[in-house]
Amino acid sequence: MDRDLILALRNVSARYPGAAGDALSGVSLDVRAGDLLAILGPNGSGKTTLVRMALGLLVPATGTAEVLGRPATAWPRRDLARVVGVVSQREENLFPQRVRESVLLGRYPHLSVWGGERPEDHLAVARALERCDVTALADRWIRTLSGGEYQRVRLARALAQEPRVLVLDEPTASLDLRHEMELFELVRDLVDTHGLAAVVVTHHVNLAARFADQVLLLDDGRSAASGPPTDVLTRATVERVFAWPVAIEPFDGRPQMIPLRKPSP
Amino acid sequence: MRWLGLAGLSVVALTLAVVLGPAHVAWADLGRSPIVRELRIPRALLGFVVGGSLAVSGASLQALMRNPLADPFLLGLSGGAGLGAVAAIALHLGGPWALPLAAFVGALVALGLVFRLGLIGGWGGGVELDPRVLLLGGVAVGAFAGAVMTAIISVSEAAQLRNAFLWLWGGLSGASWDTLLVLCLYVPVPLLVLLAAARPLDVLALGEEPARYLGADVTALKRRVYLAASLLTAAAVAVSGVIGFVGLMVPHLCRGVWGQQHRALLPASFLGGGALLVLADTAARVAVAPRELPVGIVTALIGVPLFALLLRRWTAT
Repeated sequence: MDRDLILALRNVSARYPGAAGDALSGVSLDVRAGDLLAILGPNGSGKTTLVRMALGLLVPATGTAEVLGRPATAWPRRDLARVVGVVSQREENLFPQRVRESVLLGRYPHLSVWGGERPEDHLAVARALERCDVTALADRWIRTLSGGEYQRVRLARALAQEPRVLVLDEPTASLDLRHEMELFELVRDLVDTHGLAAVVVTHHVNLAARFADQVLLLDDGRSAASGPPTDVLTRATVERVFAWPVAIEPFDGRPQMIPLRKPSP
Repeated sequence: MRWLGLAGLSVVALTLAVVLGPAHVAWADLGRSPIVRELRIPRALLGFVVGGSLAVSGASLQALMRNPLADPFLLGLSGGAGLGAVAAIALHLGGPWALPLAAFVGALVALGLVFRLGLIGGWGGGVELDPRVLLLGGVAVGAFAGAVMTAIISVSEAAQLRNAFLWLWGGLSGASWDTLLVLCLYVPVPLLVLLAAARPLDVLALGEEPARYLGADVTALKRRVYLAASLLTAAAVAVSGVIGFVGLMVPHLCRGVWGQQHRALLPASFLGGGALLVLADTAARVAVAPRELPVGIVTALIGVPLFALLLRRWTAT
């Protein structure tokens, strides 16, 4: 049986006002339930633009971006937030807040304007805290958390939305090895055991190769390659896109990249 | 318990405002005295509504501007209202409604100008209200209005100068049942708009992009909150002049007790702002009786030290 198609981008292009070239041109991607898709590419290759388009914040100049068969920009934001949960690159905490309150914000798309939180909302929060292993932190102030704890709390907030797909934009950018691995393991586990789909934008070629089912490699707004990690992450492709010599070694059945030193002249 | 305390404070504030005053009214005569019926009661209630409105407006603008130091007058409204009021005083416009109307119109003009300046093209293709530009526009419009106002004051007579100066520091001496009625008809609409925005304002505290991802219609939210908070302030300033610090301080005091959820914060701010302004006004009437201090002086005298204390605690944690 064909698994549900959740995100579908077909041949999308984007151009920011005043920019010289296209930020994206002719990129396609499919995300189905139970898929973990990693989007890789150098700085400025269009990763975040692609994500914004999939989330309906940018209208494609050409092509279509659809969520569950409906154009992403046609979704009311509340309805979209019940399907897609996002851990964005940055957020702020203007006023001091506790972890539980912050995760409760994930229930926003399920709450009515005047009504209070229902038992099911508190249940969803408790479940999300549990899944991300942050139940013990529930009463802590956000600003007392470590970077790794904070990212898990933000993931819990996205889970409290009870979405069908998670989108994470560079979720491990400032995390150390253990927290980085823990986060990827957690996302992989959510995809495997809860039937979620996940899209992870990352700079970590090796982690993408280890954890993802599909990889989309972007190069200057174009798709350089896409498919299973072994097909995409070949030496020729990676060297061309990242403009640096590398070796690719198989490990655990997945390609792993080793950057080479510059050959001495 | 917290709500009970706040309700108690409100009742105490209103009772003091009715009982105390420069003219002595015996307990037994409180019900019959025209001073109480025509002056003190409408004045106390008007003060309550004005203080509550300023506090709710301040709390909402702090969330909208994503700036804890935002207050109702940050966005140039005091300048516009002040210019309108001073123009009315200089032109000797008569009647009880001339001054409030002129101040209200001045505030509306400032509001419109700042709103227009704050609209810029966003990357979604449409126009978007940018809080940073809004802030700069508010400062610019306020400064311009202030300059014109000072120019008018500097060429006017001494008596007018005194009136204008007192107006700028705020006062509730113009209170009557009529002004109270007009305000009570006007205020519920923007108040309800802001209350309905309570939940999305919680989400907006994370930033505009995260708020969109959580399902908030940020573009519409920003316009609604800016317009409702400003219209609330414009009405308050029209009937009572520029009363500072209530809109800045009360929301922060309430944040300390009720936390950051606007569904509790906004109603708490309304009651807290109302009670505080009524207390301050009572002090303003009684302190140098039979003369009267502008109530803005009292709120500043209480507000500044309190706020300094708050800032210290804030930076310490």
